[in-house]
Amino acid sequence: MFSFILRRLGVMVLTMFALTVVVFFLVNLEPNLKKLAITQTESRATEEQLESWLTRNGYRQNFFVRYGQWLGVMPKQPNIDPATGEAVPRFRFCDEPSEAAYSGLLQGEFGCSTKFRVSVAERLFPALGATGILMFWVMAVMVPISLLIGVLAGMREGTRTDRTLSMASITTTATPEYVSGVIFTVIFASWLGWLNGSAASATNTGITFSNFTLPVMTMAIYGIGYIARMTRASMVEVMTQQYIRTARLKGLSFSSVVIKHALRNALIAPFTVIMLQFPWLLTGVVIVETMFRYQGFGYALVEGAANNDIDLLLGCSLISVFVVLFTQLISDIGYAYLNPRIRVQ
Amino acid sequence: MQLEYLGITGIVLGVLKQFWPVWLALGLVLVVSLTFKKRLGLYGHLFDSGVGVTGILICLFWLFTAMFASVIVTFDPLAQVAIMKGALPGAVDPQSGAAYLFGGDRLARDIFSRMVYGSRIVLIIAPAATAFALMVGTTLGLPAGYYGGRIDSVLSFLANLVLAFPVILLFYLLVTPGIMDTPIPYTLAAVFFLFPIVFFAVLFYTRFKTRPERLYPLLGLTFVLGAWIYAGLVFDADPLDLISISPNQLNIFVAVVFASSPGVFRIVRGLVMDIKTRDYVAAAQTRGETPWYIMLWEILPNARGPLIVDACLRIGYTTILLGTLGYFGLGLAPESPDWGTSIKEASRLLRAQIHPALPPTIALMSFVLGLNLLADALREQSMKD
Repeated sequence: MFSFILRRLGVMVLTMFALTVVVFFLVNLEPNLKKLAITQTESRATEEQLESWLTRNGYRQNFFVRYGQWLGVMPKQPNIDPATGEAVPRFRFCDEPSEAAYSGLLQGEFGCSTKFRVSVAERLFPALGATGILMFWVMAVMVPISLLIGVLAGMREGTRTDRTLSMASITTTATPEYVSGVIFTVIFASWLGWLNGSAASATNTGITFSNFTLPVMTMAIYGIGYIARMTRASMVEVMTQQYIRTARLKGLSFSSVVIKHALRNALIAPFTVIMLQFPWLLTGVVIVETMFRYQGFGYALVEGAANNDIDLLLGCSLISVFVVLFTQLISDIGYAYLNPRIRVQ
Repeated sequence: MQLEYLGITGIVLGVLKQFWPVWLALGLVLVVSLTFKKRLGLYGHLFDSGVGVTGILICLFWLFTAMFASVIVTFDPLAQVAIMKGALPGAVDPQSGAAYLFGGDRLARDIFSRMVYGSRIVLIIAPAATAFALMVGTTLGLPAGYYGGRIDSVLSFLANLVLAFPVILLFYLLVTPGIMDTPIPYTLAAVFFLFPIVFFAVLFYTRFKTRPERLYPLLGLTFVLGAWIYAGLVFDADPLDLISISPNQLNIFVAVVFASSPGVFRIVRGLVMDIKTRDYVAAAQTRGETPWYIMLWEILPNARGPLIVDACLRIGYTTILLGTLGYFGLGLAPESPDWGTSIKEASRLLRAQIHPALPPTIALMSFVLGLNLLADALREQSMKD
C-alpha cells in the first residue's frame, strides 16, 4: 500500500511538471506575450515600446531559463535600471530580491499577478478559500440528495418511483451550469424575487441564504443526476445478491434489509464517483463564479486567462491538477479501504 | 410607434407552422420506421420503449431543424430591425408584417431565427468532433489495451495529462484569437485528421491483405477521400471547393477533439483489456492472426455496444462543451447565432429582460436530453441481448 501511494505521488509530480511546461509554453506564445504587453503598457504604445517592455521585464530570455526561474532551479536576475544602475523590481506591487536569487516555486514563491497587481499567493489563497466554502455547500447539498435519489430508485427496480427518479436524474445531467443557472435565475430571482441573482455581495458582506443559494443550486444540479444514476446502478446490483434474498427469507422487513444489508455495500461505488466528480466541479466552479460574480478560484482563473496573467495561470493550473490527482488518489485508497475483498489482497 | 403583438395562441400556432418541414420529415421517418420495425435491428428495438421513442423524436427534431433551417426561419439571424429592439415575444414587425415569434434581443435580432440557425452550427460541429474523437481515441486505445506494458503507460500518462487539465483553461489557451497566428491549431488538426485515414487503411489492409482485388480499390478509396477531406479541412485547399472550414471553426473543432478524445481512449482501453481475455481472441491468436487484425476485426466489433452508447452521450457532452466555449465568448464570432453565445448575451441582461435567455437554453437542454435518453434506451437494449 505504501509503495503504491509513493508511486502515485511520483506520477502526480511528473504530471504537474509536464502540465506546467505545456501551460508555460502556451502562455509564452508570441500573440499571448503581445496581449500581456498591451494590457501592461498604455494602450497607445507603439510596437517598439511593447518590445522594450517585454525585453526589460525579462520576457525575451530563453524559454528554459525562464521556466527554470519560475520553478526555482535557476537564479532570477534582478532588473537593473540602465540609467541609475540600481536594481528596481519588475512590478511595483511585488517584492523582488535586489540580487540574483533562487525564488521560484520550489522556494514557495508563486510569482506575481500582472492583472490583479498583487503577488499570486496573496490573490490565489483567499480565492481558494472562497471557492472552498462554495464547494463545501455544493457537496453538502449534492451528496445526500443524489444518494437518496439513487437508493430510492434502485431499491425497487422498474417501479414507477424508479422510472420517475431516473428520468429526473437524466434531465439534470442534460442541464449544464450555464443553462440551469439562467433558468434558476429567471425563476427564483426575476419571477419570484426570492433570491439574489448575483453572489457579488457574498465576498464583501458575507454569505447569506439569498445570495448563495442560486450558485450552490446551479452547481449541485448537474452533478446530482450523474451520482444518482451511479448509486442506482450499484443499488440495483446489490439488491439482486444472494445475501439480500437470504435476509428477506429469514423474515426481516424490507426497510431493515435495505438499511442494514444493502446500503453499506451499495455506497462503495458512488464514493469513487463522487471523488472523481472534482474535475467536473472545477469547470462548474469557473462557470458559476463567472455567472454569479463570486470572487473565487474560477473567477481568478478566467480573469488571468483573459489577460494572459502568466504566473497566476501557472498557479491556477498547478492547483487544479493537484486537486484532480489528489482526489483520484483518495478515491483509489478509499475504494481499497471500503471494499474488504480488495483490502485483503 | 406602437408595436402590435400576437397572442399566446398566435405565437404557438406561428411556431408550429414555421416548423412544418420538420413535422413532415418526422412523420415520414416515423411511418417508415414503424412499418419496417422488425427488420431494422437495434434501431427498430428502440421504438419498444417510451424513453427510446422520446429520445429519437427529440434528436430527429433538432436534426431536421438544422437541415431545413433556411426554410424555417422568419428573418435573417443576423439582421437587425431597429424598432424591434428588446421586443417581447409575438411582436409584429411593421415593415414585413411577420412576427418576431420569440421576441427580439438587445441588438434587435429575431430570437426564433437565431435559435433555429444555432442548431445548424451545433449539429455540424458536435457530431463531427465526436466522430473524430472516437477515431483518435479508438486508434490509440486499441494498442494501449491490447499490448499493455510501455505503450500503455505512455499513452495513459498522456491521456491523464489532458484529463487533469481544467477544460476551461485548456480552451482559454487553445482558442484565443491570437493562436491563429501560430501553427499550433493547424499542427493539431493535421495530426488529428490523419487518424481516420490511418484507421481505415489499417482496417482494410489487415482484412484483405491476401485478396488484392478487394484491397486495392478500398485502399484507393480511403486515400482519395481522405486526402480530399484532409486538404479541404487542414489546408483549406479543396480542389472542388466543397469542403471548407473557417479558421475559427477549425480551432474550436480541434480544441473539442483534443478535450474529448482522452475519454474515448480510456473507455476503449478498458473494453479491450476486458475482451482480450475471451476465447475467440485466443483462437485468433492461435490461428496466427496479426495483432492489428485481432484488435480491429475481433475485439472492436465486440466492443461496439458500449461504444455506441458512449458516442451518444459524448455528442451531448460535446454540445455542452461547445456551449461552454460560446458562453465564455471563445472561438465563435460574437454575433454567431449558436446557443452558447446567445446564452452568454442574454444572461448578462437577465435583470432587464428574460425572454431572450429562454429559447437557446431550452434548445440546448432538450437536445442534450434527447441524446441522453437515446443513450439510455440503447443501453437498455444492449443489456437485453
